[in-house]
Amino acid sequence: MNRIKQLFKEKKDILSIYYTAGYPNLEDTVPILETLEASGADLVELGIPFSDPLADGPTIQHSGETALKNGMSLKVLFEQLKDVRSKVNIPIILMGYINTVHKYGIEDFAKKCKEVGVDGVILPDLPFQEYLDNYKDTFDENGVSNIFLITPQTPEERIKLIDEKTNGFIYMVSSAAVTGAKKGLSEAQLAYFERVNKLNLQNPALIGFGIGDHDSYMETCKYADGAIIGSAFVKLIGQAKDLHGEIRTFIQTVKG
Amino acid sequence: MSAKYNVDDKGMYGRFGGAWVPEMLQPNVDNLKKVYLDIINSEEFQKEYVALLKDYVGRPSPLYYAKRLSEVYGTNIYLKREDLNHTGAHKINNSLGQILLAKKMGKNRIIAETGAGQHGVATATACALMGMKCVVYMGALDIERQAPNVARMKMLGAEVVAAESGNQTLKDATNEALRDWICNPEDTFYIIGSVVGPHPYPDMVARFQSIISKEIKDQLKEKTGNELPDYVIACVGGGSNASGTFYHFLDDESVKLVAVEASGLGVDSGETAATIALGDIGIIHGSKTYLIQDEDGQIIEPYSISAGLDYPGIGPQHAHLRDTNRAIFLDATDQEALDCALELTRLEGIIPALESAHALVALKKLKFTKDNTVVLTVSGRGDKDMSTYMDRFNL
Repeated sequence: MNRIKQLFKEKKDILSIYYTAGYPNLEDTVPILETLEASGADLVELGIPFSDPLADGPTIQHSGETALKNGMSLKVLFEQLKDVRSKVNIPIILMGYINTVHKYGIEDFAKKCKEVGVDGVILPDLPFQEYLDNYKDTFDENGVSNIFLITPQTPEERIKLIDEKTNGFIYMVSSAAVTGAKKGLSEAQLAYFERVNKLNLQNPALIGFGIGDHDSYMETCKYADGAIIGSAFVKLIGQAKDLHGEIRTFIQTVKG
Repeated sequence: MSAKYNVDDKGMYGRFGGAWVPEMLQPNVDNLKKVYLDIINSEEFQKEYVALLKDYVGRPSPLYYAKRLSEVYGTNIYLKREDLNHTGAHKINNSLGQILLAKKMGKNRIIAETGAGQHGVATATACALMGMKCVVYMGALDIERQAPNVARMKMLGAEVVAAESGNQTLKDATNEALRDWICNPEDTFYIIGSVVGPHPYPDMVARFQSIISKEIKDQLKEKTGNELPDYVIACVGGGSNASGTFYHFLDDESVKLVAVEASGLGVDSGETAATIALGDIGIIHGSKTYLIQDEDGQIIEPYSISAGLDYPGIGPQHAHLRDTNRAIFLDATDQEALDCALELTRLEGIIPALESAHALVALKKLKFTKDNTVVLTVSGRGDKDMSTYMDRFNL
């Protein structure tokens, strides 16, 4: 059983943390991952920096620019992750824009994910049909899960199709927004969460976008299998004076 | 129109195009895809659009036989004068089309990206005409470089928002506009200025610009008795004026289609916008096409003296025209474009935009006979480039 499936089978109220690889410093990628696991994070989404991150707000944009300046690239990232499985057990997901992966080569990328122990990938601008036609087999052969986003505007039949054709989990974007945009949950969002719950999807679901503290984490956990924190965490590591100490405090505070 | 060189029902031009957008944009794009053809092909829409093109833009734009230029190149050169349109370039054809579509779709807020400011001015103009709220995203660096166009947009009532991310130029302004659209899916319509972006934009913009080639056919027929020239030539950045110039000739295979890219300081100088010449495939702003990127797949900021041509990608249809060898792609350096701008000015009394000056360079690179008919689109006028011309020609 792969690490993602195992995690959702064993635990509830999953806390997933997103941060940008190579940020704030190039060599921080793996040490942050280790601290996250030690502090109680259940899953990690590692952002592949891209020059044109059109779904991201200012915080993650800035982290990506810095990471690129630091010298981060897919090649460097895979090199950093070479021995990661001797240090970290929680599932690792790579999240990035399709162009860097396309340039790296899909076959090579999927193989490399398997080799270093990456469990899944999120490529928000990979169209679902394109994935089915030209990408799915390659990722399946390498045992790498593809995770897709749904939003309050995603039609029901599309949600069902995504659920049917993928394994891992469903990434529920909480509202029409770029990353880091909004705080708190509205009536409309709660209605959307409940609507998705009623579909009885085979995959677990995590809610992301606009979650950044204990209260919003606890609130969203009522409606899904867990929550994803991105911008709030990236902001923290960008400003931290005591990086690993502050990460520990943050994770423990969020989990409560 | 056959599908050979045009978009298929999946939004693809051969292996290029598509709609590579995050799920947050999917409903906007799907909705547009569903309605755009029915609306723009409707009689009511066409009536309104054609009337605006005639009475407000001043179409048809003249097809002018450039006698002295023809003598120099030993052939017959006709200039399609898009520079004489209201607002000074071909961009208005598209902005008016899209704003009418936005109105029919019940949207009341318009966003646009702009590089040099030509598309921003055209869109701000259309918004003033229609009484719509207009927000134009423009790279912070471009805002500094293009002060007169920024002032024009503001005078027209548009809000100009600086894109502070990345290199603070056109591609960053496009990212910001897409982010705005993600956050405002209900009331906002995004008017893209070129034949780029996710399907259906490349097809939609090409349709609105296709008036250029439609008129060329009618005007040539009237002037020469034959609606088919031997060559049609246009400059290409994203490629909207080239798309419009080629559109109704795509299936007339005897007509050679010539597109001229901006190679800046030279194709291999690292300071270039010659996307096709560099020939690397990737995904930018929702479309699979040729683009300029590094070995890690990061998009490289292009360079050209012409702000309207320094886009790191190219419309997917042009990528397909290159793959199929339907079009000839040439490139022109800053200096070659400047030389040709001055030549046209002195021979014909027409000061072209720097973008259009790149198209003129093709006249030097192709071999014509004295019986050939050559049509070249002057996409815009040179007013906006006077500071560059003053600087480079010591005026």
